[in-house]
Amino acid sequence: MEEIVGSLESGTTIGIGGWGSRRKPMALVRAICRSALENLTIISYGGPDVGLLCAAGKVRRLVAPFVTLDSVPLEPHFRAARQRGAIELTEYDEGMFMFGLLAAAHRLPFLPTRAGLGSDVMRVNPDLRTVRSPYGAAGQEGEELVAVPALTMDVALVHMDRADTRGNGQYLGPDPYLDDLFAKAATRCYVSCERLVDPGKLDGPPQSLLIGRMHVAGVVETPGGGHFTDCGPDLGRDEAFQRHYAASAADPEAWAAFAERFLSGDEAAYREAVRRWHDERGQEGTR
Amino acid sequence: MSTTGADRGATRAGTARTGAGDSDAGPAGATRAEICVVACAEAWRGDGEILAAAMGTCSILGARLARLTFEPGLLTTDGGALLTAEPVPIGAPAGPAEGWMPFRDHLWLVQNGRRHVMMGASQIDRYGNTNISAIGAWERPASQLLGVRGAPGNTICNPTSYWIPRHSTRVFVPEVDTASGVGTDRAARLGPRASRFHDLRRVVTDLGVFDFRAPDGSMRLVSLHPGVDAGEVAAATGFAIHGLAEPAEPAGPAEPGTGGEVPRTRMPTGEELRLIREVLDPGGLRDREVRA
Repeated sequence: MEEIVGSLESGTTIGIGGWGSRRKPMALVRAICRSALENLTIISYGGPDVGLLCAAGKVRRLVAPFVTLDSVPLEPHFRAARQRGAIELTEYDEGMFMFGLLAAAHRLPFLPTRAGLGSDVMRVNPDLRTVRSPYGAAGQEGEELVAVPALTMDVALVHMDRADTRGNGQYLGPDPYLDDLFAKAATRCYVSCERLVDPGKLDGPPQSLLIGRMHVAGVVETPGGGHFTDCGPDLGRDEAFQRHYAASAADPEAWAAFAERFLSGDEAAYREAVRRWHDERGQEGTR
Repeated sequence: MSTTGADRGATRAGTARTGAGDSDAGPAGATRAEICVVACAEAWRGDGEILAAAMGTCSILGARLARLTFEPGLLTTDGGALLTAEPVPIGAPAGPAEGWMPFRDHLWLVQNGRRHVMMGASQIDRYGNTNISAIGAWERPASQLLGVRGAPGNTICNPTSYWIPRHSTRVFVPEVDTASGVGTDRAARLGPRASRFHDLRRVVTDLGVFDFRAPDGSMRLVSLHPGVDAGEVAAATGFAIHGLAEPAEPAGPAEPGTGGEVPRTRMPTGEELRLIREVLDPGGLRDREVRA
């Protein structure tokens, strides 16, 4: 994991898979927070990945249609970063965002969509252009649509339920999110996974084999690497811990204590700290 | 596909009973939240076989209630990636699925249009422009909210309604700070072709039901919930609502109006109350969203 993060450079553009607080590559995000990287551009259906990176001062620009913790609607660190003007934002409709990923994944400069027309997405992104269809009906001009530019990225980070040592990635929950598009839109994609298996040992329906090794530069096993986001069916969202995160993030003193307790060591230290936190609360240990 | 009513009726518990036998006044004791659930359900009446997408407790309950009663062709989700074979209680496991709707397909369905979404809004103006993105200047907001999410695409591509659990001047503002959802004035400026799928249906709040069918496309009163007077709505709204006659004097037993009765949101039927209370929301989550 440190090797993956060590291969990244400051100022790079990183796409992060998952959606909101769902199957985010949180272990890799935590590793970036510990690194010396800075001035990153982050492309994400944003969740606590964006929040943690904002809290660590790693983000120069964010490209996102939203940032949410799902069961907690608003992300405190993202809000704070926006409200103090600490990050630049490219804000797209979530369908536009998918079209940007599709364009990048297929080496197209843009894809057209109606989404965005008439909304302030056009105002707050002055670089956005429209494109006119060459297929106007007789006597009519073609329809004018938003030309969503390709969301190309240097690196994509995604978290899978399973992967094999060749880099093939598999999801086992109900939703693939857009992780395969992130993998294809990036120059290099790194996959973290709950469990790494030998080639040929990915069990389950073939349509769950989401990411092909041709699009993967590296793979790492990070059990609990999606914590505290939802990684069903193996691991549901750690709602209690997410609430603790959100409450801490909303208060500077509480956040300092949270960061000291959970984020001052490596990933193994994080997992141990979370386990102890649950033990103290008299619940089952780290899930 | 569509099937005959008889085919549907045979597969479905709790078929519609909205005709004779259910008093228009409804059974006594329906709470404001239950009236809101039914008002939300009514937003999907006549929609047929499309996805009823909903955000917010009463809105989700409304979609599932509509499907269980007068609009059985609707498709509803488990709140996640599954289209459920039957409407499920709020928060319950999906049970058997009749389809798969991961986020990517949901985003494609927005473009396809066979979907009527009921969203929330932090701000809404008289033309139905809505804001879920940021309060204050977008460049450096006083309060950063969710982000535009799917509001721009939803509003320009398929029918859109709104559910506002707490009607107030904080929400109903003269002008939204950031237009996430496209209103009727902005749609008109886009021209008839670009806006041909723009279709704002209704706004349901804890006080009443509204649409955008005033002559200038602005917000219009459809009905006030039982027990709500026009002055209360006017005081909670930052602009004038078309058709909302303010009472000349404090509301008495007879509702004052301009040349007619104040239109009233209908009460839930007995069957609707049973479905809400015993089937869809036995835990009473609706009462945490709308105060009695």
